[in-house]
Amino acid sequence: MQEIINIFVKSIFIDNMVFAFFLGMCSYLAVSKTVKTSMGLGLAVVFVLLITVPINYLINEFILKEGALAWLSPSLASVDLSFLSFILFIAVIAAIVQLVEMFVEKVSPTLYSQLGIFLPLIAVNCAIMGASLFMQQRDYANIGEVLSFSLGSGIGWLLAIVGLAAIRERIRYAHVPAPLKGLGITFIITGLMAIAFMSFIGIKL
Amino acid sequence: MANMLKLIKNPLSKENPIAVQVLGICSALAVTTQLKPAVVMSLSVMVVVALSNVIVSLLRNTIPSRIRIIVQLVIVSMMVILVDQFLKAFVYDVSKQLSVFVGLIITNCIVMGRLEAFALSHKPLPSFFDGIGNGLGYAVILIILGFVRELFGQGSLWGYKIMPESFFDAGYVNNGLMTMPAMALILVGVIIWIHRSRNEDLCEK
Repeated sequence: MQEIINIFVKSIFIDNMVFAFFLGMCSYLAVSKTVKTSMGLGLAVVFVLLITVPINYLINEFILKEGALAWLSPSLASVDLSFLSFILFIAVIAAIVQLVEMFVEKVSPTLYSQLGIFLPLIAVNCAIMGASLFMQQRDYANIGEVLSFSLGSGIGWLLAIVGLAAIRERIRYAHVPAPLKGLGITFIITGLMAIAFMSFIGIKL
Repeated sequence: MANMLKLIKNPLSKENPIAVQVLGICSALAVTTQLKPAVVMSLSVMVVVALSNVIVSLLRNTIPSRIRIIVQLVIVSMMVILVDQFLKAFVYDVSKQLSVFVGLIITNCIVMGRLEAFALSHKPLPSFFDGIGNGLGYAVILIILGFVRELFGQGSLWGYKIMPESFFDAGYVNNGLMTMPAMALILVGVIIWIHRSRNEDLCEK
């Protein structure tokens, strides 16, 4: 149990998707103009991460990993399909995003129209694919750890994009040199936020 | 032929994928702590963009537009699997260093962006040059970042010591911040700043 909480805290603050690994930067920069839309996108990312990473974990555990096919028949125990992981992971992600999109459209049309184009774009958000690849690389022991990792990374990403959006809403009133305006200053703000997040390094429960 | 040259030259500065189009930042920052992985990464991205541009452009009249995203993802992930296996076979140490970021070329916005914006509406040959050009534009930024970060962060280039011992005797110290993620963001901000102050028309209002 302690390990699960530890992974959760670590993936929010220390291994933050944006500040430590720069994942999901494209939508992070493009959608962080107002707090409201960034909140919507952040929640969608949390949701998609929470579904796709455990599914990919099961796929990795029972199909792709070396010796993972042993449950089918002992003669398959030496098969290693891990080179297929990219294509299977991205297929799962694209399919889930499509499902989520259809589900949200049916259940809550208001949320659907608010998220608009961002929902389908989640499929090509590196944070989602990155989380699946990190899950594979770090070799988590059980599904509980994977769930806490995916929830934590999602919340970390949400925190980063909402924080940046709030700062950008304020900075509109500041006097920024013309060449630095927009993209440039956003990068520098993100860098400063990353330095602030560095102070969490070393926290362990 | 002049057209082809323009396709290669434009993305180097005026239409740089990172500094102007804001594509593919996700992977650009994480792999640039040293020069060598930065160069290997840029080459991989260039190969993937150029080849998948050609394939998509060959198939552009047969791909149904409703499912084109998933078709493109499959083509790109095939290319990335090839590149990944190649790196694992020939430069294993760099492939270890790049870890998940090779896989993340799939969701790299440069690849998808060029497929959508160029390959779907152009013939194979121009698409190929467009891919090479954008790969080069990406490479320029990565190499600048890798150069600065390795030189000032570790005092070496391509793994070889550059800073003479006498500097360290005189009190020079490596800037540890350069190897941190935060500094990559700030450096990109500075590159954009310099780039835009030299090209006034790129400034945001």
